[in-house]
Amino acid sequence: MIVLLTRRIFGLVLTLIAVSLLIFAVMVLLPGDPAAITLGTSATSETLAALRHDMGLDQPLIVRYGQWLAGALTGDLGTSYTYGVPVAGLIAERLVVTLPLALLAILLSVVVAVPLGVAAAARRGGVFDIIATLFSQMGIAVPGFWVGLLLVLVFATSLGWMPAGGFPGWESGFWPAAKSLVLPAAALALPQAAVLTRVTRSAVLDTLHEDFARTAIAKGLSRSRVLWGHVVPNALVPVLTILGLQFTFLVAGAVLIENVFTLPGLGRLAYQALSQRDVIVLQDVVLFFAGLVIVVNFLVDLSYLVIDPRLRAGGAR
Amino acid sequence: MTKFSRPSLGDVARRLAYGAAVSAGLLLMGLTQAEAAKTTLNLGMSVEPTGLDPTIAAPVAIGQVTWQNIFEGLVAIDQNGKIVPQLAKSWEISPDGLTYTFKLQTGVKFHDGEAFDSAAAKFTLDRARGADSVNPQKRFFATIASIDTPDAETLVLHLSSPTGSLLYWLGWPSSVMVGPKSSANNKTTPVGTGPFKFSSWTKGDHVDLVKNPDYWNKSVDLRLEKVTFRFISDPQAEAAALKAGDLDAFPEFAAPELMSSFEGDARLTTKIGNTELKVVAGMNNTRKPFDDKRVRQALMMALDRKTIIEGAWSGFGTAIGSHYTPNDPGYKDLNGTLPYDAAKAKALLAEAGYPNGFTFTIKTPQMAYAPRSAQVMQAMFADIGVTMNIEPTEFPAKWVQDVFTGRNYDMTIVAHAEPMDIDIYSRDPYYFNYKNPAFNELMKKIQLTADPAEQNKLYGEAQSILAEDVPSLFLFVMPKLGVWDKKLKGLWENEPIPSNVLTNVSWED
Repeated sequence: MIVLLTRRIFGLVLTLIAVSLLIFAVMVLLPGDPAAITLGTSATSETLAALRHDMGLDQPLIVRYGQWLAGALTGDLGTSYTYGVPVAGLIAERLVVTLPLALLAILLSVVVAVPLGVAAAARRGGVFDIIATLFSQMGIAVPGFWVGLLLVLVFATSLGWMPAGGFPGWESGFWPAAKSLVLPAAALALPQAAVLTRVTRSAVLDTLHEDFARTAIAKGLSRSRVLWGHVVPNALVPVLTILGLQFTFLVAGAVLIENVFTLPGLGRLAYQALSQRDVIVLQDVVLFFAGLVIVVNFLVDLSYLVIDPRLRAGGAR
Repeated sequence: MTKFSRPSLGDVARRLAYGAAVSAGLLLMGLTQAEAAKTTLNLGMSVEPTGLDPTIAAPVAIGQVTWQNIFEGLVAIDQNGKIVPQLAKSWEISPDGLTYTFKLQTGVKFHDGEAFDSAAAKFTLDRARGADSVNPQKRFFATIASIDTPDAETLVLHLSSPTGSLLYWLGWPSSVMVGPKSSANNKTTPVGTGPFKFSSWTKGDHVDLVKNPDYWNKSVDLRLEKVTFRFISDPQAEAAALKAGDLDAFPEFAAPELMSSFEGDARLTTKIGNTELKVVAGMNNTRKPFDDKRVRQALMMALDRKTIIEGAWSGFGTAIGSHYTPNDPGYKDLNGTLPYDAAKAKALLAEAGYPNGFTFTIKTPQMAYAPRSAQVMQAMFADIGVTMNIEPTEFPAKWVQDVFTGRNYDMTIVAHAEPMDIDIYSRDPYYFNYKNPAFNELMKKIQLTADPAEQNKLYGEAQSILAEDVPSLFLFVMPKLGVWDKKLKGLWENEPIPSNVLTNVSWED
């Protein structure tokens, strides 16, 4: 188990370094000079050179990569070209929006999807099955940002119950801040819940046909005991896998939703940094996203070991 | 038999009393709110500024938050585009135009308590014109040869050559006065002499300013205690925030097609003003066939500007015949120089040697006005046999690289935001690759005189040259589409300089 873990963590670090090199290479290939953008259409070559020097853009690529990597390892992510503040602080400021948003969306989608999926599987062709099928088809077909626009139209513009967008900051109190996350989280959760309902339904159906489930039924256990005691826990492995995968989509998909609701999250930070060619911020945010994906996948793998004893045994061998 | 039980008299009385109490309470709340006039303002902007120091970066959004609110200049440009005294209460220009002597206001302090005096003014100008300067308008200060400070209230600029636009330029956001102690941090925590102090910046969402209780200019009656600039880039979200009451004002609403959706709103009013944003389709004047004046004229005559304004900006906007707006001093209406005439355009094209037209590419930034204008233009060019391919080009990054610095393009389209920037056609290098000695001579002459009447005459001649020579296709001036609460007074309807000046903004009782 320890050996397995060490090996996985070592691989994780190597992946991160490889990813950082790839990110840096892509940034170099991006057209557009951040200094020229800052100075606008009045720039002279003299001021441009002065600013490029200030920004460290006149240094060789290998030096810039080295500085970035060394900085990142010591927690210094550099200074944003456009905002002029440390990137680490910027990312932290944005995480307090994006993380609660992502968690709320996951929570919403799990709360809706898992019971619906299980109910659909329990009575195949029943009412819940029909509802689940309709719900998941609609949720997958309808784009999240459009749902977001609809939610704004109904709950903000017409009813005035919720703010139309923006984020007042947690310092303005828990409820005002949390309130501004409800609609975007719902918009984010819908497509996810749709996929998750489908996966839960088929995972439960598959597990119901496995030997242990049949044995349990044959032994005379009640249907709900079999379902909730034996089948659902076993069906959780594929559900978790999808959740892990979806988490990445969630963070990426948040870019659109954050734009619709003008939430100052990480996705919007990345988007703005891209258009301003704030390369340092962009590098760091993309590295952060990549790291997040790698770590979440790692945690999902670990959770299999916790859930499924068979995998645990296999791992120790 | 009825299913509903009839309420007893007591019930009715109780409910009535309860209802009366609640409505009285609500009314009282409403009254107290109305009595104490609002002192906060939530103002929306489409673009978040990148840093808050207008003296080190060009984006107009920086000035739109800070200029006249946090930072002030020696002089200012007022609502009508006129130069007015500010931190300099008066000035004298020597007859040869080479010495400017400013008398400064006394008792002015920066928000951190540092005094504003001639030393601070000298520091500011030296910083802007120095070797390490990254001021986006460094060229404004190029003719300042030396600066004297005989006493704390006197600032003397010695110029190497007369610079007729100097006073106007000193009114720009990029020329604001900064404190020697605080200037290094202005990008994140701006410190100025203005009526509002910087309070906080939640990046990606909003900037907060609060009233400066020690503001030097006692003749100004400041009514707002707190101002929040909120940044919303999506037009739908902008409209929703206004309608939901999250915002009190959006002085530069970004979606003309949504303007009609505010009609009939009991709370909001819309205002259509002018800006300095000139939408022009610049051509690479050294590249074939655009090096032939007849071709450029033919393309101009092929365009019905009214239709372009309709298609691109829902009919809001003013057609122009040169690189000049009706706001600017000495404006001449030159829309008639090369009016829309497809038949004439075709004939002129044949005369230039292109009877069967030609094919070229326009590099179009993604800002809404550009692709929309380009599509309308494409159809009009097709009428005279010219094929225009549209190539979307990301702005600012790719556009600056390809068009602005690389000058590798046939035609492009962009809104020029700088006020009074007709001199860009004399800059070398500049992306139009336009070279006209007569025009350059005029631009020089304008700087040699400080007399406004003489300047206006010269600006008139310059406009005529451009209208005739068409280095770019002059399309229209962007409108300033303002949407704000009917009770809000004092916001600028026009925009002689990109700004949101809040000095005189107040809520009606």
